[in-house]
Amino acid sequence: MLDKELRSMIGQVKDGQMDRRAFIKRLAAVGLTAPLANQLLALGGVAMAQSPAVYKPTKRGGGGPLKVLWWQGATLLNPHFATGTKDQDGSRIFYEPLASWDADGNLNPILAAEIPSVANGGLAADAKSVVWKIKPGVKWHDGKPLTADDFVFTWQYASDPATAAVTISTYGDITVEKVSDLSIRILFKTPTPFWANAFVGAYGCVLPKHLFADYKGSKSREAPNNLAPVGTGPYKFVEFKPGDVVRGELNPDYHMPNRPHFDTIEMKGGGDAVSAARAVIQTGEFDFAWNMQVEDDVLLRLEKGGKGKTVYATGGDIEFIAINFTDPNVEIDGERSSMKTKHPILSDPNVRKALALLVDRDSVKKAIYGRAGRTTANYLNGPEKFVSKNTSWEFNIEKASKMLDDAGWKVGADGIREKDGKKFKLLYQTSTNGPRQKTQAIVKQACQKAGIDVELKSVVASVFFSSDVANPDTYPKFYADIEEFQIPMTQPDPALHMRRYISANVATKENKWQGQNFPRYVNKEYDDAIAAAETETDPVKRAALYIKCNDLLWQDTVFIPVMHRLLVDASSNSLRPALSGWANRTDNIQDWYREA
Amino acid sequence: MSQYVLRRLLIAVPSLLAISLVLFVVLALAPGDPFSELATNPNVPPEVQAALRAKFGLDDPIYLRYLHWLNAMLHGDWGFSFVSRMNVDTLILQRLPATLYVIGSAQILALLIAIPVGVYAATRPYSLFDQIANTLAFVGFSLPTFFTGILFILIFSVTLDWLPFVYTTDIKATGIRWVLEMIRQAIMPVAVLGLFQAASMTRFVRSAMLDVIRLDYVTTARAKGLGQTTVIIKHVMRNAMIPVVTLIALQMPAVFGGAIVTEQIFRIPGIGSLLISSILSNDTPVVMAVTFVFACLVVLFNLIADVLYGWLDPRISLR
Repeated sequence: MLDKELRSMIGQVKDGQMDRRAFIKRLAAVGLTAPLANQLLALGGVAMAQSPAVYKPTKRGGGGPLKVLWWQGATLLNPHFATGTKDQDGSRIFYEPLASWDADGNLNPILAAEIPSVANGGLAADAKSVVWKIKPGVKWHDGKPLTADDFVFTWQYASDPATAAVTISTYGDITVEKVSDLSIRILFKTPTPFWANAFVGAYGCVLPKHLFADYKGSKSREAPNNLAPVGTGPYKFVEFKPGDVVRGELNPDYHMPNRPHFDTIEMKGGGDAVSAARAVIQTGEFDFAWNMQVEDDVLLRLEKGGKGKTVYATGGDIEFIAINFTDPNVEIDGERSSMKTKHPILSDPNVRKALALLVDRDSVKKAIYGRAGRTTANYLNGPEKFVSKNTSWEFNIEKASKMLDDAGWKVGADGIREKDGKKFKLLYQTSTNGPRQKTQAIVKQACQKAGIDVELKSVVASVFFSSDVANPDTYPKFYADIEEFQIPMTQPDPALHMRRYISANVATKENKWQGQNFPRYVNKEYDDAIAAAETETDPVKRAALYIKCNDLLWQDTVFIPVMHRLLVDASSNSLRPALSGWANRTDNIQDWYREA
Repeated sequence: MSQYVLRRLLIAVPSLLAISLVLFVVLALAPGDPFSELATNPNVPPEVQAALRAKFGLDDPIYLRYLHWLNAMLHGDWGFSFVSRMNVDTLILQRLPATLYVIGSAQILALLIAIPVGVYAATRPYSLFDQIANTLAFVGFSLPTFFTGILFILIFSVTLDWLPFVYTTDIKATGIRWVLEMIRQAIMPVAVLGLFQAASMTRFVRSAMLDVIRLDYVTTARAKGLGQTTVIIKHVMRNAMIPVVTLIALQMPAVFGGAIVTEQIFRIPGIGSLLISSILSNDTPVVMAVTFVFACLVVLFNLIADVLYGWLDPRISLR
């Protein structure tokens, strides 16, 4: 996309010559659209669309009970302690952020009076500060007014290491100051093009200062309101049993008109995904079930003549096979996969490319993910404007075989390729999970045809994803040749998603394998592009830089993307849940309603 | 008698200590991390996870952690859950009623079926009734609860739409309707568990009865001209019950410990489902507390069984 052309288009939108929908369409045509197209307009001086959610009910309440099923129940209701989305989802019924992400990746104001933009003076030109205006007249469930002090307190609370909040990563590096009773200013240390992180979405929920002030720091666990939330949300707290049930009732003082639609809400936890799908789709005992990690065949069967259906939301979650650039079989100073080694087979770029040709993504989609997946060549799959159009993928065993022949790997007497007496053998690890083991089998089959001997290994998820330094089977240690898992994209911006793979982040014994660059990929060009993107305030150049990073990962075959995964839920036929691939399921719970 | 109980209780102390030590060490050595869910979230840098581990003392050496735990336990502090940051005792007490209700009812159902059927089958060995009871018992304990549970759901919830298969702890009704709803939602889990237990227990009661029924004193009782009912109930059953009491006493802790599989299938928020979710999320304090309480109950009910022997059979003296 040409810089100049875009800039003139932004100008047109500003002057009202072009409508914003047309603008987004034009951007889509060149591969840059949706969520960040809007941030782009915001930085260009055009206010973000206050995305008009289609919400039909004309009065508050009257929708009866809303019964939702989370097969992993919420275990706590303080959003700043939430270790997983299940906890964030439970907390979000009661607590609210300034804004949430809607289905297109636009910011949807919740507690904010308006979305900050350059035009309304909210965004600083140097991208080092944001001013948020708070909606007047919002009350906590106990009747106290919501003010800027609550936001400043929430920042102090979350950024205090003694509080042990998981949101410390969001709040640690910023400063929040009170401008007036109803506005706050967030200050960043460095220019931050992606400003909508603190107080936005799942990690953005604000806590009432008057109830938590005494429980900041090391006393955080003792706060009685950790289990009995008092928020500003559409539902008031009734009851909570960890891992079992969260119940709420309509908040008669809710700050949005005609909302919420339901009189009560019940979030039941426990069980498994298949029976949750049954309870919604087949028997209709529940209205909505979260995260249907169930084979598409099973869902299709349940949907025949059922009382519900599956619903999908597109985000940026990517299931991939990562390639180890170091040697997992050689130990140097007590460390395998050490940076001092090179992978004996996979350090050859042509071998990696050949391997990518052996992953039959169509079969994986057909056999496993069905409607819940899209095939892709990219590591970065959203928002649209960051998605590269320069990449491609194919499944071609002959081509792969030829590339391997050319690289010197000849088929031996036992059908397995070898070079200089070394056999082409790979250890392929992933977490224990039905779809992943099936993917392993599909890849192994193709590799066998190409003369590659693949040994499969699956590790229990609680070990694979743990940070236990003593365990050799964790994914950051990567004591295997290739490994597969999924990294979710929790916000519509690639900064954190792409930053992982800079060389300073390599996982080593020295940093206790806390470095996030587990493939141990080192490329100066990539490092430079990330560094440039992180301070680039021009949204178009920034998007181009992230596309370049994605293309580098593709050229160097650091990852073999297996599937761009969609979020899958089950919903009753009459329920209209407001879902977004860029947010948690309950992030727009105020907009849910039932069609009469 | 009281001396005997006291002595047994004193012996229990070192064995419980040993059990707790073994449990703790095994849990500490088991791989995993309560904060592993954070690892795949690119929003949360690994330092956060490491800081949480350090704050909750997960990086301390095992013996220190054990001593901390033991000390707190002796002071009545069960610790707090890493996952929900809530006190473990509150968490367990919250889950106890559902487990007691469902598993307790299942045990009662099992006894109500097993004793009459077992006794009657033993009085007429190899009769048609005995053959049928035996066959059903074999079928019963060969089918695992996860299979019968899903089968029941498919038949009674999905196809017939008679019963709910998601257990609700707070039913929004009062009075008689509440009672009826409570019974309705417990029918399937209680039937699944109760029938499974009843099957093995029937076999047990039958063989215990058969052992006794052949003894000379039973013949003597009959020769005295006592009626069949009196002989069976007063003379045979009382003696045959000794092994059955052992079996029941050893199953009592399970009433408190919950049934992991069945609770998971029917989403019953009991101790079993708490245990399994805590194990899956590596929530050591909760797992430790549940398993330790379970160990205490096993020790306690063993003692109760021994005391009951003395009452059932005065020849057994407890010294």
